[in-house]
Amino acid sequence: MISDETRKRFDELVKRYPEKRSALIPILHEVQAEVGYLSPEAIAWVAAYLTLSPADVMSVASFYDMLHLEPVGKHMIYACHNLTCSLLGAERLIRHLEDRLGIRMGETTPDGLISLKRMECLASCGTAPAIQIDGVYYERVTPQKLDELLEKLRNGRLQGSRT
Amino acid sequence: MAYEKILTRYRDLPNYTGTIDEYITQGGYQALPKALREFQPADLIEIVKRSGLRGRGGAGFPCGVKWGFTPKDSPKPKYLVCNCDESEPGTFKDRMLIEEEPHQLIEGLIISSYAIGCRLAFIYCRGEFVSGAQVLERALREAYGRGYLGTNILGSGFDLDVHVHRGAGAYICGEETGLLESLEGKRGQPRMKPPFPAISGLYRSPTVVNNVETLSNIPHIVLRGAEWYAGIGPPKSAGPRLFSVSGHVERPGNYELPMSITLRELIFDHAGGIPNGRRLKAVIPGGSSAPVLTEQHLDVPMDFESLAAAGSMGGSGGVIVMDDTVCMVRVGEIVSRFYHHESCGQCTQCREGTAWLHKVLRRIEHGQGRKEDLDLLLDMCDNMKGKTICVLSDAAAMPIESYLKHFREEFEIHIRERACPFEGKGAF
Repeated sequence: MISDETRKRFDELVKRYPEKRSALIPILHEVQAEVGYLSPEAIAWVAAYLTLSPADVMSVASFYDMLHLEPVGKHMIYACHNLTCSLLGAERLIRHLEDRLGIRMGETTPDGLISLKRMECLASCGTAPAIQIDGVYYERVTPQKLDELLEKLRNGRLQGSRT
Repeated sequence: MAYEKILTRYRDLPNYTGTIDEYITQGGYQALPKALREFQPADLIEIVKRSGLRGRGGAGFPCGVKWGFTPKDSPKPKYLVCNCDESEPGTFKDRMLIEEEPHQLIEGLIISSYAIGCRLAFIYCRGEFVSGAQVLERALREAYGRGYLGTNILGSGFDLDVHVHRGAGAYICGEETGLLESLEGKRGQPRMKPPFPAISGLYRSPTVVNNVETLSNIPHIVLRGAEWYAGIGPPKSAGPRLFSVSGHVERPGNYELPMSITLRELIFDHAGGIPNGRRLKAVIPGGSSAPVLTEQHLDVPMDFESLAAAGSMGGSGGVIVMDDTVCMVRVGEIVSRFYHHESCGQCTQCREGTAWLHKVLRRIEHGQGRKEDLDLLLDMCDNMKGKTICVLSDAAAMPIESYLKHFREEFEIHIRERACPFEGKGAF
């Protein structure tokens, strides 16, 4: 399920660390990007690769907000709902996103293209409200700007990096 | 008198992109050869102690003292870990420093590693800093290319490798032992202390964890001296500080200033005051964990001691400004939701306390509050403080106590009227 090329990268990655388990989260990021989400098979692969138990890997993966144990869309939109973003319209923005996509936060569009997730402070308060699409920041977002971004995203004209 | 910017001097240069050549042109990488040639590691620890530099991540612990806690003759390797897990709501300065001036941090990291005797260092970035981590990776490659990293750095015999490590979204990994657990490939659950990381940290070896801004100060201290640095700002809160100002101000952003600046000067002179002719209602001076302050505190200087004396804290330097349309119960609901979501769940007081704080605040905000709820909240807060492995629990309780202290009447109105008086017309 994991390409030889990626596996070779992991072989290099573990050498950075005095204890190879340290490579677990970086590896989970990459496996998630390659597989789409951390499926039971993906968890088992990582566990075998690092000589850990699948339950152990699962306990780590389930701790972190950016690691997904259920299938998610091809594109991931994080919307900050913390204090400063809320002061400057985050909830209105979130409602707009939900209306436009016809799904609620935490859900994925039926075509599997876009997932929405509420996130805590993204360290973008000076340019609030902020969202991230596929790891890229978009700041001082207005409903209008959001519509433009969604349009570009649907047309494959938005650059992002999933890892 | 105009303040001379140090950490963000580069921001006044047109088209500056933070490459190694630009950094060197601006005087970068002069402190590193000076540190390696003129000073023994122990001298550097003394210099940083004398400078009065305190940690910029939240706790404000003296940096040189922290370094001094690591054993001099350790049979185990020593590690330096840069805490770039910037997650304290209201704080966005470390992200700016790594994206815009990565070499200042890297130079500080190399000098600090030399000072504590570390040969392998990590920069732990929060998972969401995808582009910031890429900028750092590129900057590290540049530094290796010039011989500032690797073996026998600048012919000194000192070797150092540095790696960027990204987390995956968890506020608690900003707590230094939670960070170390995460870096070891585990859940980010904080460790019992003692032992402190200086004795038993990463891989059970002596470890120093320093914030991005803290380390970015080091090259300047080495170049210009401890006395120069100690002369900036108040004696016990020396050096420049980056204040992240956000919320209801005309010009939100990062402001580098000495900590003698008052809240009033920061909000009104630098950040341009409150927009739309509104009045200031409340300000959180040090990230969302800090107790709230009000108009009566505007002349408090932003140093660690003065903010503590005013009943709050300097924390991470995240200043969140709120105008008079803001409902403080709603603020409590949002802030408590955050700590509830981020509690790692190890300690009962925090796991249950953050959940119940949020639940009770939510019901007050939504018109379901009970008369006894305010005393219940204060009782819960009291039970959450000083009783857990780390201070997340305290950080969740302190702001709520402060909202009740300064705005109790607003909570009572919500309960009495069975509704939020700001509903439909407030900032949210």
